[in-house]
Amino acid sequence: MHLYNLTLQPPTAITQAIVGNFSGVRQQEIITSYGTRLELLRPDPQTGKIATILSTDVFGSIRSLAAFRLTGGTKDYAIVGSDSGRIIILDYDPKTSSFVKLHQETFGKSGARRIVPGQYLAVDPKGRSAMISAMEKSKLVYILNRDAAANLTISSPLEAHKNGAIIHHIVGLDVGFENPTFAALEVDYTESDQDPTGEAFRNAEKMLTYYELDLGLNHVVRKWSEPTDPRANLLLQVPGGQLASSDRFDGPSGVLVCCEDHIIYRHMDAPQHRVPIPRRKHPLDNRDRGMLIVSAVMHKMKGAFFFLVQNEDGDLFKVTIEHEDEEVKALKIKYFDTVPVASSLCILKSGFLFVASEFSNHYFYQFQKLGDDDDEPEFSSTSYRSFGMEDPTSPLPHEYFRPRPLENLALADEIESLDPILDSKVLNILPNSDTPQIFAACGRGSRSSLRTLRHGLEVEESVSSDLPGIPNAVWTTKKREDDAYDSYIILSFVNGTLVLSIGETIEEVQDTGFLSSARTLAVQQIGTDALLQVHPEGIRHVLANGHVTEWKAPSGKSIVNATTNKRQVVVALSSAELVYFELDLEGQLNEYQDRKAMGSTVLALSIAEVPEGRQRTPFLAVGCEDQTVRVISLDPESTLETISLQALTAPPSSICIAEMLDASINKSQPTLFVNIGLQNGVLLRTVLDPTNGQLTDTRTRFLGTRPVKLIRVQIQRNPAILALSSRSWLNYIHQNHMYFTPLIFESFDFAWSFSAELSPEGLIGITGSTLRIFQIPKLGTQLKQDSIPLLYTPRKFIAHENYFYLVEGDHRVLGEDAGEKKLAELRQQGKKIDQEVIDLPVEVFGRPKAPAGTWGSAIRIIDPVKAETVAYIPLDSNEAAFSLAVVPFSVRGGELHLVVGTAADTTVSPRSCSSGFLRTYKFTDEGRGLELLHKTETDDVPLALLAFQGRLVAGVGKALRIYDIGKKKLLRKVENKVGNDNTIQTFTSPIITLNTQGSRIIVGEMQESVSFVAYKAPENRLLVFADDSQSRWVSAVTMVDYNTVAIGDRFGNVVVNRLDPKESEQVDEDPTGAGILHEKGVLMGAPHKTKMIAHFHVGDLITSIHKVAMVAGGREILLYTGLHGTVGILVPFVSKEDVDFISTLEQHLRTEQSSLVGRDQLSWRGYYTPVKAVVDGDLCETFARLPGPKQSAIAGELDRTVGEVLKKLEQLRVTTSGF
Amino acid sequence: MSSELRYTANTQLEHLHARYTGTGHADLTKNYSRTREWLTHQHRDTLSSIVGHPTLTSFLAIADGVSIARVKYDMTQKMLQPCGPPPKKDDD
Repeated sequence: MHLYNLTLQPPTAITQAIVGNFSGVRQQEIITSYGTRLELLRPDPQTGKIATILSTDVFGSIRSLAAFRLTGGTKDYAIVGSDSGRIIILDYDPKTSSFVKLHQETFGKSGARRIVPGQYLAVDPKGRSAMISAMEKSKLVYILNRDAAANLTISSPLEAHKNGAIIHHIVGLDVGFENPTFAALEVDYTESDQDPTGEAFRNAEKMLTYYELDLGLNHVVRKWSEPTDPRANLLLQVPGGQLASSDRFDGPSGVLVCCEDHIIYRHMDAPQHRVPIPRRKHPLDNRDRGMLIVSAVMHKMKGAFFFLVQNEDGDLFKVTIEHEDEEVKALKIKYFDTVPVASSLCILKSGFLFVASEFSNHYFYQFQKLGDDDDEPEFSSTSYRSFGMEDPTSPLPHEYFRPRPLENLALADEIESLDPILDSKVLNILPNSDTPQIFAACGRGSRSSLRTLRHGLEVEESVSSDLPGIPNAVWTTKKREDDAYDSYIILSFVNGTLVLSIGETIEEVQDTGFLSSARTLAVQQIGTDALLQVHPEGIRHVLANGHVTEWKAPSGKSIVNATTNKRQVVVALSSAELVYFELDLEGQLNEYQDRKAMGSTVLALSIAEVPEGRQRTPFLAVGCEDQTVRVISLDPESTLETISLQALTAPPSSICIAEMLDASINKSQPTLFVNIGLQNGVLLRTVLDPTNGQLTDTRTRFLGTRPVKLIRVQIQRNPAILALSSRSWLNYIHQNHMYFTPLIFESFDFAWSFSAELSPEGLIGITGSTLRIFQIPKLGTQLKQDSIPLLYTPRKFIAHENYFYLVEGDHRVLGEDAGEKKLAELRQQGKKIDQEVIDLPVEVFGRPKAPAGTWGSAIRIIDPVKAETVAYIPLDSNEAAFSLAVVPFSVRGGELHLVVGTAADTTVSPRSCSSGFLRTYKFTDEGRGLELLHKTETDDVPLALLAFQGRLVAGVGKALRIYDIGKKKLLRKVENKVGNDNTIQTFTSPIITLNTQGSRIIVGEMQESVSFVAYKAPENRLLVFADDSQSRWVSAVTMVDYNTVAIGDRFGNVVVNRLDPKESEQVDEDPTGAGILHEKGVLMGAPHKTKMIAHFHVGDLITSIHKVAMVAGGREILLYTGLHGTVGILVPFVSKEDVDFISTLEQHLRTEQSSLVGRDQLSWRGYYTPVKAVVDGDLCETFARLPGPKQSAIAGELDRTVGEVLKKLEQLRVTTSGF
Repeated sequence: MSSELRYTANTQLEHLHARYTGTGHADLTKNYSRTREWLTHQHRDTLSSIVGHPTLTSFLAIADGVSIARVKYDMTQKMLQPCGPPPKKDDD
């Protein structure tokens, strides 16, 4: 087996975001790291919307990002710290819209290692140097400068290592133009490692150390080191240094040390200031827990600065420092607003805040005010003795604030993110859909959701109105060439034409010069100010003055087909003749003297738009009933001569020539595409060679069951093609990338562009007798998401009949019922309860936090078609649900039951619970409800459940058991036993996945990979007969066939393991299992071992794998989801030639494309184990972005043309995923 | 092994130890305190690897119901002494 890995949806979790002027223009942009990808986002300050400009896979893991600007420069650069053992400086080139690697300096081994720098990055605010640091010991300082030609230069590294120091954080100090200084938060472990009494450990101090880079001596010195709070986690730069123009100080310089519960201002030789981090005045909140600052941002304005810091609940606080020159007078903190917990905060100069959420959607807020004059209580260091530092070891008294809805911020935009995907299903259950949907349980806590992902573009309908009859076509047209918007909508009916004018209202008009008594074949705004209508009897040319010239079809013949552009008209007559007209310089439409006889009825015609600055387009494509398409010249030298001919597999139904810029074919000039829609629903896209008129590079795609109609439209001022069949598709260009995506909407009979003041980029379409005007708001997306909100983190869900059964739960959260109880208790004690705070929306503020071991959990029934929750069953007594299965118990005549595995008082680390339970439910109300039959106690957490031969097989902790249903509880029938002595030998780590086929159970263990278990009914035995020779932290498993499993693991690998079919047979033929029982174990495990046949590092933690067919009638593939929002597929190759071809291509690309973070692609994909039998499709697809000469060179080596290579890549993607 | 060779081998090893924290040596399995030293290094490597891989910190944060920053903080704090205090030294 050889697999082709392709990412359908890249990860959407932002691990870090930085802001800067990366294009070098005034506008600020955001660079986000998605762990393995870099993106450049451009916010529009006018509309407050964010657009993705560039997205690129780096084939490595990005661990840190920083923006810097050389002194006096106007352009920001990005420094990237990754797992490549290299420091990278990236420059965004707005011309080519790509990141350019300016510098790549190697300093260590690859991999996220403890002492190889890459984890932390800090830059001098004046852009003179950067420090890159490891988790322990190593810190390297690079000097950044520019050479005589103003190019960025980087020095060799200077070491600032400290042996045995664990580094918590580093930051660049703002010291103005003095020597660049960096502050580090370090703990030394050398003494605690030597002291057996533990005294040194308890007294270990966290040191705040300043490292000064002496620019004169080219040397780094440890300038200052003082102990600070042992619970510090984050450093923040405080502005400092003098302005060049005046002697005023920007700020006091130094750092803010964010610690658990406190924020301390520190600087060399300056008094400390400490303020507490205020807590929510929430009656149910757990007040004993510490509070960390998770993210922070400093913002400098003219003459002032402030910090926004965020705690673990998402509350933002504004921190200000009152200072006189370099002397700090007070450190102040006050509540600002509450937004989702962020991994990064970015403030833009245009008054926006970008919140890169650690989970779920990312938000873009606009500042309404800065919280300056409100009555929010402010806490100042001056209100405590010695500025809060009287006794640094004891905490300051808790201070409280009242959480409230947003006051200072207003939501401007939202970026959808699937992160984290915890479970998924691939099913086709939505009506009117011929491809399956992906249902993903996403999100964390109260911001969780169940999302339906459909391949396609979202359509936003703005107008829908019913018409008196059923039109067969619709057009819109402007009156004059230079009009901004369309003036008329023309509707063609079987025996008439209706003209509507677009104004404040849309109404019928009569005196337009159009013939209303016949149907219309084509409408065109022609010349500068004339209109043209083609109807079966002739062509009407309506001049600006209202005068109409008419060309009549010869008697006995009618026009059957027409194609037009601004200067040319071609009509086909019923006698299979073509008549050609061209506009002359006076604006007269002239017929060409000859007519062209085609010999076969013309079914479709098309000419392209007139190219800029030209008189005419030289090509006409004609589709005939004899299943051919001919390209005919319109050049004056050879008018109406046939140039080329292409045979088709079915009669054509529509043709459309369009000039589009496909960067994979030609990066600088648009390519002329001839799109041919066939009556069997297939679309052919061929390239028309402009020099010789030949049709080359044909790509096919199945669009739907109806004959294809093709319409040229405008999307973002670029030509695009709308292809209508039983589904509507849009072929368009977005950010230099060509997309071919279905529209998620009813199918259309006809459609056209529509441009009016209210909807400048709209489309108009007809479905039956309904006229619709619509927009496509999210161009560039491939998956449309619809979500159903959940209350807790979804853990697992299953589909049964028409409903989804989902278990959700959260640790350290107070459940609803426990919360109510506690509230009642408080009320009884006579405490005043602030109802407003309790009623704050949980999606934003979250549920009240509780100590470890407390859970909020529920079972939810969801109707995925109607996208609503049908029933919600909260669990009480601190139980949390972890697994579920629908089991047809054969002793009850196959009656279906839902079994939910729960546990009470669970703690995650160390793993424990007071008791596990198997809750057995009966379905009521046709699955819309559940009735609890009984609860069965277990000794551990049941993490995996599965129906097995009319009974239940459960992974309860490390034990594999089979249960049958009883009256009062489930009855344990068998537990796996191994070894001759018949002792119960459990698995070595908890069981987390179960799969079955026949009497075989596939057990996935948390740490020890996958085992094959046979159930021998006669002896009632569960026997482990095969396992993996390698330990593996399994996270998802699916059976590819009876002997083969696909495994996803926690470190981002996908593995396929196979058991030898002979061994498999041997086990199956043994009726009692005695043979296996007495066989000798191998490598301290089962007697047989599976063989690894494929291995690949995806880079995201795999949360589910499915074996599905994504396109109707397509091959089965493996689809996986990743924690950070990745959706990818593994496609088995069908032939050896394909494997050889694609692997060789991959090899060439590996040498061509170097990773942006300097990671070797092969070692990245073989992070833990070398890649085996998997080709990296993401790398192969970068072929399309290579410069032309390189493409041809590689294609030449492969003995193919560039077109053939691209076609093969597209075919691999389209035929298997439909994307 | 000639004495000269042994000498260079040793300095190389010393150099390795100075440069790459946690590098093993021949005495690792000799006694308990050495094994503990190795174990401590293993744990520190694991903890720093968790902090260095964004997917792992997310995973742990979801499992335990805390923020990613808390996971990173806890892991880094743990690096100071991941396996408890060292055993009492018996003269080896």
